[in-house]
Amino acid sequence: MEKYQLKLFVTGGSPRSKRAIENLRRICEEQLQGDYLLEVIDVLQCPQQAEKNHILATPTVIREPPMPTRRIIGDLSDTEQVLSALELQKHPPPPDAS
Amino acid sequence: MTAITKLPTEIPGFDLISLGGLPQGRSTLLSGTSGSAKTVFACQFLLEGIRQSGQPGVFVTFEETPDAIRANMAGFGWDIARYEADGMWAFVDVSPRFDSPPTIVAGPFDLTALLVRIENAIRHIGAKRVAIDSLGGIFTQLEPDGVVRQELFRVVSSLKPFGVTSVVTAERADDAGTISRYGIEEFVTDNVVILRNTREGEKRRRTIEILKFRGAHHQKGEFPFTVSPEQGIVVIPLSAMELKQKSSHLRVPSGIEELDRMCGGGFYRDSIILLSGATGTGKTLVTTQFIAGGVASGQRSLLFAFEESRDQLFRNASGWGIDFEKMEAEGLLRVVCEYPEVCSLEDHLIQIKKILDEFGPQRVAIDSLSALERVSTVKSFREFAIGLTSYIKDRNVAGLFTATSSSLLGGSSITETHISTLTDSIILLRYVEMYGEMRRGITVLKMRGSSHDKDIREFTIDSNGMHIGKTFRTITGILSGQFTYRGPEEIDRIGELFRDPEEH
Repeated sequence: MEKYQLKLFVTGGSPRSKRAIENLRRICEEQLQGDYLLEVIDVLQCPQQAEKNHILATPTVIREPPMPTRRIIGDLSDTEQVLSALELQKHPPPPDAS
Repeated sequence: MTAITKLPTEIPGFDLISLGGLPQGRSTLLSGTSGSAKTVFACQFLLEGIRQSGQPGVFVTFEETPDAIRANMAGFGWDIARYEADGMWAFVDVSPRFDSPPTIVAGPFDLTALLVRIENAIRHIGAKRVAIDSLGGIFTQLEPDGVVRQELFRVVSSLKPFGVTSVVTAERADDAGTISRYGIEEFVTDNVVILRNTREGEKRRRTIEILKFRGAHHQKGEFPFTVSPEQGIVVIPLSAMELKQKSSHLRVPSGIEELDRMCGGGFYRDSIILLSGATGTGKTLVTTQFIAGGVASGQRSLLFAFEESRDQLFRNASGWGIDFEKMEAEGLLRVVCEYPEVCSLEDHLIQIKKILDEFGPQRVAIDSLSALERVSTVKSFREFAIGLTSYIKDRNVAGLFTATSSSLLGGSSITETHISTLTDSIILLRYVEMYGEMRRGITVLKMRGSSHDKDIREFTIDSNGMHIGKTFRTITGILSGQFTYRGPEEIDRIGELFRDPEEH
């Protein structure tokens, strides 16, 4: 299977940016167990990257490949939306230990 | 506190109605329905800045892709790609992307990325002008909720520190409703310009109105404009024109000697003459002689014909012993023939002005204004007439316009109603029914600033043109078309009634 490539556009070290990075890392770790590439781009440092990728809002995640391109905006706190947008199957919850 | 200065847009006519341009360093909302030429205005605002003032511009597009804009504006001969290469024009492309599914929202966000891109583009090329087209376009990508509105407000406000002058377009649902569809006017409230493209009868009419400039003056009301294939938007600043023409006492020959005598010595050099009559009364003849008379006295003469083809005109003229072909070859004459229907009246006006400027005539004739009236609304026609007469008078040119009256006997035309007060002289040509025969009569109804012959005289037409003869002594009611015949004795008797007894 093709490796997931994700680009996350944030604005410096704002709380919202930090939350987005944390949320995306956590979801990817849980779902993909490290089998993904994540690039975090600060639009304040690299406005050309924002221009090239037509970024309107921050934070934005772009998934490509696999095609087609997917775009998600927000701090990614809505895990369900992130999963469905990235087309990741959420693993069943671990069996109750007790 | 410093007064608001204006930045000349260099969009033809706009700086006149805005009294100097758009408020400098501020944003102006440009609102209009779909197809009201908002994007053209926005592009032209940047383009004229580059061409006329060397001011770089940033174009933020929310609707069309930069490729589509480049292609559409190439229709006006505007080479945006070249200005981009020269570092004078930069796009910020926020148009919807159709290569991917719609953006999904998963948590709170802001529009800092957009703001950073615009700021980066402004810094990169040193922009002085910014166009955002159209702000409401963002709502095809994001739900119009409070966050997006607040963020848009932040984007527009962020332009201020850069000192750029900007136009922000917004779409209205219809010409009569609220200023913009998504309530965008809340973001840009200082200055509002409205573009309209309304239908009157079967005709479209474009107007531009400056609704407000906070803290600055501007002309009020709607002004017609056109989108010309060569110049883009051209505003026709009618009431912005001043009645500042100097009037001349110099006379020029009308081309018909007897008519010169009736007018008290010819037409004034910078006067507008309206020639009115039913079809076939001889309007084209008088026009032809007026033009030929100009050429004969060494004046550059220009004829616009909207009713007859070149061939017809030249053949008619040669029938009266006038060789238009030779005159044109010698350079003193120019004849422009066109169907009135080829374009709108606003476009005709622009074309007529252009030819007037190119050819620089001392006299001009338009045959006929009534033909032009057919292609327009009453309001457009009146504006056209005002615009044309003031342009002609401004250049010290003698102008002869013809108008066709609707009925064969007596009567007046709509053309006359709208133009008679603008003209300096009015000459009427009328059919006169006399004992079972149709004769023709001519009278000078009005001659501003001069005495003139008040008689209604008979005229005939032969291979040398028009010949004006004696007064119709035995007929009254010629102007109204209600003829009454009176014997010579009765006329003498009536004459006696008004005679001063002192004379005896």
